[in-house]
Amino acid sequence: MPLPPQHYLNNGYGVKSWLLTRDHKRIALLYLAAVTFFFFIGGAFAVVIRLELATPAGDLVSDETYNKLFTMHGVMMVFFFLIPVIPAVLGNFLVPLMIGAKDLAFPKLNLASWYIYMLGGLFTLYALVTGGVDTGWTFYTPFSTVSSTTKVIPTALGIFITGFSSILTGLNFIVTIHRMRAPGMRWFRMPLFLWSMYATSLIFVLGTPVIAITVLLIAAERVFQFGFFDPARGGDPVLFQHLFWFYSHPAVYIMVLPSMGIVSEIVAAFCRKQVFGYEFVAFSSLAIAVLGFLVWGHHMFIAGESVYAALIFSILSFLVAIPSAVKVFNWTATMYKGSISWDTPMLYAIGFIGLFTVGGLTGLFLAAVGLDVHVTDTYFIIAHFHYIMVGGTIMGYLGGLHYWWPKISGRQYNEALAKLSAGIIFVGFNLTFFPQFVLGYLGMPRRYHAYPPEFQVLNVLSSAGASILGVGYLIPMVYLMWSLRYGKVAGSNPWGATGLEWTTTSPPPTDNFTQTPIVTQEPYVYPRVEGRVA
Amino acid sequence: MYFFLVAIAAFFSLLIAGLIVYYAVKYRRRAPDAVGTVVHGGIVLEIAWTVIPLLISMVIFVWGASVFFAMSRPPEETMNVYVVGKQWMWKFQHLDGEREINELHVPVGRAVKLIMTSEDVIHDVFVPAFRVKADVLPGRYTHIWFQPTKPGRYHLFCAEYCGTRHSGMIGEVVVMEPSDYQAWLSGGAPEGSLASAGEKLFADLACNTCHRPEAQSRGPVLQGLFGKTVTLQTGETVVADEAYIRESILNPSAKVTAGFQPIMPTFQGLVSEEQLLELIEYVKSLR
Ligand code: HEC
Ligand SMILES: [Cu+2]
Ligand SMILES: [Cu+2]
Repeated sequence: MPLPPQHYLNNGYGVKSWLLTRDHKRIALLYLAAVTFFFFIGGAFAVVIRLELATPAGDLVSDETYNKLFTMHGVMMVFFFLIPVIPAVLGNFLVPLMIGAKDLAFPKLNLASWYIYMLGGLFTLYALVTGGVDTGWTFYTPFSTVSSTTKVIPTALGIFITGFSSILTGLNFIVTIHRMRAPGMRWFRMPLFLWSMYATSLIFVLGTPVIAITVLLIAAERVFQFGFFDPARGGDPVLFQHLFWFYSHPAVYIMVLPSMGIVSEIVAAFCRKQVFGYEFVAFSSLAIAVLGFLVWGHHMFIAGESVYAALIFSILSFLVAIPSAVKVFNWTATMYKGSISWDTPMLYAIGFIGLFTVGGLTGLFLAAVGLDVHVTDTYFIIAHFHYIMVGGTIMGYLGGLHYWWPKISGRQYNEALAKLSAGIIFVGFNLTFFPQFVLGYLGMPRRYHAYPPEFQVLNVLSSAGASILGVGYLIPMVYLMWSLRYGKVAGSNPWGATGLEWTTTSPPPTDNFTQTPIVTQEPYVYPRVEGRVA
Repeated sequence: MYFFLVAIAAFFSLLIAGLIVYYAVKYRRRAPDAVGTVVHGGIVLEIAWTVIPLLISMVIFVWGASVFFAMSRPPEETMNVYVVGKQWMWKFQHLDGEREINELHVPVGRAVKLIMTSEDVIHDVFVPAFRVKADVLPGRYTHIWFQPTKPGRYHLFCAEYCGTRHSGMIGEVVVMEPSDYQAWLSGGAPEGSLASAGEKLFADLACNTCHRPEAQSRGPVLQGLFGKTVTLQTGETVVADEAYIRESILNPSAKVTAGFQPIMPTFQGLVSEEQLLELIEYVKSLR
């Protein structure tokens, strides 16, 4: 079977045809290259961190370097990888395809978002090569404003600028989903991935301006000594934490909602079955987006917050956990009586559900104020949010990448290698982060360059796991690249899945569809099973 | 409580994992073109798995909240110790004038309350063995309390990232038998109590020219001030706690006591955090 003669990839080969493209699919690939680059930079920092922590003494790097390492790891991973990764890569590629449109509502704006993102990235890279930053990705004041002597301003500007790319992408998605759906694509006929993209875009548009202003205030305070956050000038250092977490808590949902959307798609496709409780899954995305804005105070239980404020934030944090639990139950129920195939994307989806469940349940520990006091700011927190962000976001992303790779590239990757690396990632991940829960409970504080010797065994386990995890991430790089040239041609619908994206050729033509599709039924309708092999 | 939660978490993780693996095996695809059976979503099921987790989480909430309440309310009688954090060390001041760095000696069985502030950035006192942790903020006083039950040496960590030597900002709480503790106390250099150091400072800084024990002085009488409710010129009231006294000294015009002129000069920059604590302790001691 040959590739289709005309598709978006062979529509021009020059550098200009890529850098000036307005095709959402090509822009998605530009993002793919960029986020992968930042992911491996961030990952390299993590490797050095785990090497340092293999021994109790701070012997591999100096404490200054160590502090810069974990700061840059956090900044790169959070702002330049986890937040943009799914919306900008898979969202960009799929939103128009899934609603049956030719492109996003504002293709030029979409390209501009990529350039803005790259500009932000350049600022941050500049900060990195000229000395780095040591404030932690959280930039807590007054340390970041009066004490740190490192490159805080370029980093803050980098984050500020990148924020605009998120806002513009969010706007673009919202308008596209409202205005460009194919005939018959009613709201409740939309695939769940679109619901999650919609909810994510809302957070982008409502939340990102707050973080943008906040980091700008940091930069301004350093330059002009305003004193917003400096108690010596009558400011309030805790004000910063309120502003910061007002965005950065919802940001967690920016990272995980898209992943949930992917998992819904994968579970439906590989069970060949409608998602159980479609409306509940769809609305739980919106519920998470809204409630997510009301829980920021749970990052500050020990920061001198009043007892009553703490209680309110605590109860709201429990509430926000419920829609996530509802999703997990619905996915599990979807598998009941499905026709389940064990292809790589499904393995990732199952991995996601498992790890996300652990991450979510340990979140309950942290939402319970009394217990939070003990485990917050320790390795328990580190483990918890890596379960959500790495176990959740990255598992979902890799699942999605493998699921839609045949659509993106037109070719299949090596399935055996892919399954193997999914297994390696799962094992490596748990070995890396599970011991950290225990470490945190035993009292090892986070951001420690050196630690008391009794914590060594667990730290060595964690470092060992990290090296396995690292290998697990490298293998897909190799076989995905390899498949671009040598992979088996996939055909338009290799998984036998539903969804408009599978009705067009792989790779799709530049205009996505030869004629505008018309939608006549709900998503995930697979022909009935009666009379077929059971 | 922690282990109750571990049990809940383990139960649900295993339930979900178990179901997923069971379904994945039982319903694995048997023919390439097989599709799943349509199962219609049940509203009862949806409500059940919304409400049950909700109830469980509310139980955890109430439990967590009550633990938190107990933690945030120190008993009436506590042994107070002042703590000043700075990059990168902990300074402790006992009421009887004993000072320590990165080591805190306390007797077993007494409820100890730490009144904490920072000279520079945010730090955090964390003693894992006593399950206590609180941020130490510049310009504010935060409190924690604990009651050690077994003699020994316990880790004290800084748990809020504070710069280069954050991981070196560690110390130990040394819990001693009361008799050993007495011996330790008397072994230290007798500098006089914290309050008496404050009294000396009060005279050196000429506070006593305005604040005298008799009424009709230029400044309010400070005897019996601590813990009292003060009426301000604006008609508002404040409780005279550590933070109020601190503010009165550093920024007197922010809250002017009713019936007085704002003539008190600011002492911002003239007194260190530690001297402030001495003054506060002296004002507290004026009964
Ligand atoms: C020039 C006279 C003057 C001096 C010197 C002075 N104060 Fe005052 N102080 C006042 C006046 C007047 C007030 C009430 C008006 C106000 O609140 O500003 C006051 C208020 C206070 C209060 C609040 C009392 C209340 O009842 O609300 C405290 C505490 C205090 N001073 C402590 C000090 C200390 C400690 C020093 C020395 C470091 C000091 N003062 C030096 C005049 C003075
Ligand atoms: Cu500190
Ligand atoms: Cu610290």
